[in-house]
Amino acid sequence: MTLFDLRLQELHNRLHDKEVSVADLVGEAFAKIAEREERVKAYLTLDEEGARAKAAELDAKLAAGEARGLLFGLPAGIKDNMVTEGLRTTCASQFLKNYDPIYDATVVSKLKAADAVTIGKLNMDEFAMGGSNENSSFYATRNPWDLTRVPGGSSGGSAAAVAAGEAYFALGSDTGGSIRQPASYCGVVGLKPTYGLVSRYGLVAFASSLDQIGPITKNVEDSAYVLQAIAGHDPKDSTSANVSIPDYLSALTGDVKGLRIGVPKQYLEGLDSQLKEAVLESLKVFESLGAVWEEISLPHTEYAVAAYYLLASSEASSNLSRFDGVRYGVRADSSNLLELYHESRSQGFGPEVKRRIMLGTYALSSGYYDAYYLKAQKVRTLIKQDFDRAFEKYDVIIGPTAPTAAFPLGSQVDDPLTMYLNDILTIPVSLAGVPAISVPCGMADGLPVGLQIIGKAFDESTVLRAAHAFEVHTEYHKRRPSL
Amino acid sequence: MSIQAKDVEHVAKLARLNLSEEEKEMFTEQLNAILQYVEKLNELDTENVEPTTHVLHLSNVMREDVVQESLPEEKVFRNAPEEEDGQFKVPAILE
Repeated sequence: MTLFDLRLQELHNRLHDKEVSVADLVGEAFAKIAEREERVKAYLTLDEEGARAKAAELDAKLAAGEARGLLFGLPAGIKDNMVTEGLRTTCASQFLKNYDPIYDATVVSKLKAADAVTIGKLNMDEFAMGGSNENSSFYATRNPWDLTRVPGGSSGGSAAAVAAGEAYFALGSDTGGSIRQPASYCGVVGLKPTYGLVSRYGLVAFASSLDQIGPITKNVEDSAYVLQAIAGHDPKDSTSANVSIPDYLSALTGDVKGLRIGVPKQYLEGLDSQLKEAVLESLKVFESLGAVWEEISLPHTEYAVAAYYLLASSEASSNLSRFDGVRYGVRADSSNLLELYHESRSQGFGPEVKRRIMLGTYALSSGYYDAYYLKAQKVRTLIKQDFDRAFEKYDVIIGPTAPTAAFPLGSQVDDPLTMYLNDILTIPVSLAGVPAISVPCGMADGLPVGLQIIGKAFDESTVLRAAHAFEVHTEYHKRRPSL
Repeated sequence: MSIQAKDVEHVAKLARLNLSEEEKEMFTEQLNAILQYVEKLNELDTENVEPTTHVLHLSNVMREDVVQESLPEEKVFRNAPEEEDGQFKVPAILE
């Protein structure tokens, strides 16, 4: 067993007892990186010097018996759409290839305050638009379970780094499934918290009414542990929720007796037989623990992808208008200001980003606003009401995270619509703004698949409790890819 | 509703993007496929449905009107492609 295999809380205790040092943990992470990163390509920027210096600083604190933060000494990877002062932040875009942030995102400040060690910045689809990491303008991350397959996206680097042992935990962001789907593809745990639970300050905006930051970890306990450190109201994010943060670890009782589970029939229809089998076997685990499940209907599920792509693209077209080549990022050479905007943006953005800006601009343009944008907002209401009704009767909703396991690199790049449909099971949750976790629940053709557990708004405790109870009675999360 | 190359050109202009002929052709085709797919939403009667702009029920969020420290110039211009005398420099807007 390596240090990486230990739970974060266990590592915290071993550091306290001086059985291991921060330098040991950071050393092990960089040893894995040296061995595997060339094949996995999870990172865009590594900060080995900074991480080793931080380790020395923290080990000195440990020796002096100073107070330690919750994430003391734990090596973390951060998705490259969260700004880190003094550490290049690119969003995997050529537009920001040399961007040197002038402040830390709130989550980054929180990791620092909790004494975590930043290993580097993780690869992603450009501006978080995509589900395979193939839209990174630098290089595509590979799935550690099969290097010819995608890790999922857009937080593909985050999921791959944790699966490969190149980070002890990672932060991802999820707009329509970008934490959960790559977690499913890479056999790790990914939590999308309730919209507003974690501050978005310093997260480069994609679709502001949907974006949410969350942890990607090896197991559910670690997920709760990291969430504890990053959740909470932030005056710098006006959409941050002012709610009290419970003790997530104490929710992990292992007790799900009497838990009421709804299983949407729409989530199982037409599903790959191995995946369906994995979900039904998982439900048996819950049954054996005293939970009860019933089939339910979320009747507007089939409309979610259409509504989402209109809403997310519209918000993106507005958010990305800030990339004009004037204050930072790419600037094209031009003697005319309007042409400077056009050329800078055309040179800086990749095809998927342009496609979404085009779709969003069209949906918001004069004459089409009611037919597309407003219509999609109304359908969003219907989708949210589906969840509201289900949660009157059930504590959690369970289904698969994605309709398939990881697909081969290059197999869907020419067909954006097919790529969008991979998110059909994660998008409704994002539109409703509720929390959901993906936990490993089996294998399909040698690749990991995930179970999605969805909860009520701000009821991460129940989601984590259910996921943890499942995990302690199964072995899926202990599997590691042989690289 | 099907969109033509001229619609794509119009939207590209609104979005401040220059598209190559190849891109125009590709986006015309792909946007049509996507728009055809989203037509699906018209199967739903949303006559009496309120739009959801945001899942949290927030009204205006205010802070105290207190003067806070501004960013130092060094930081403001750290990423500037071109600057002069404490200002971002761009091509002349007026002749």
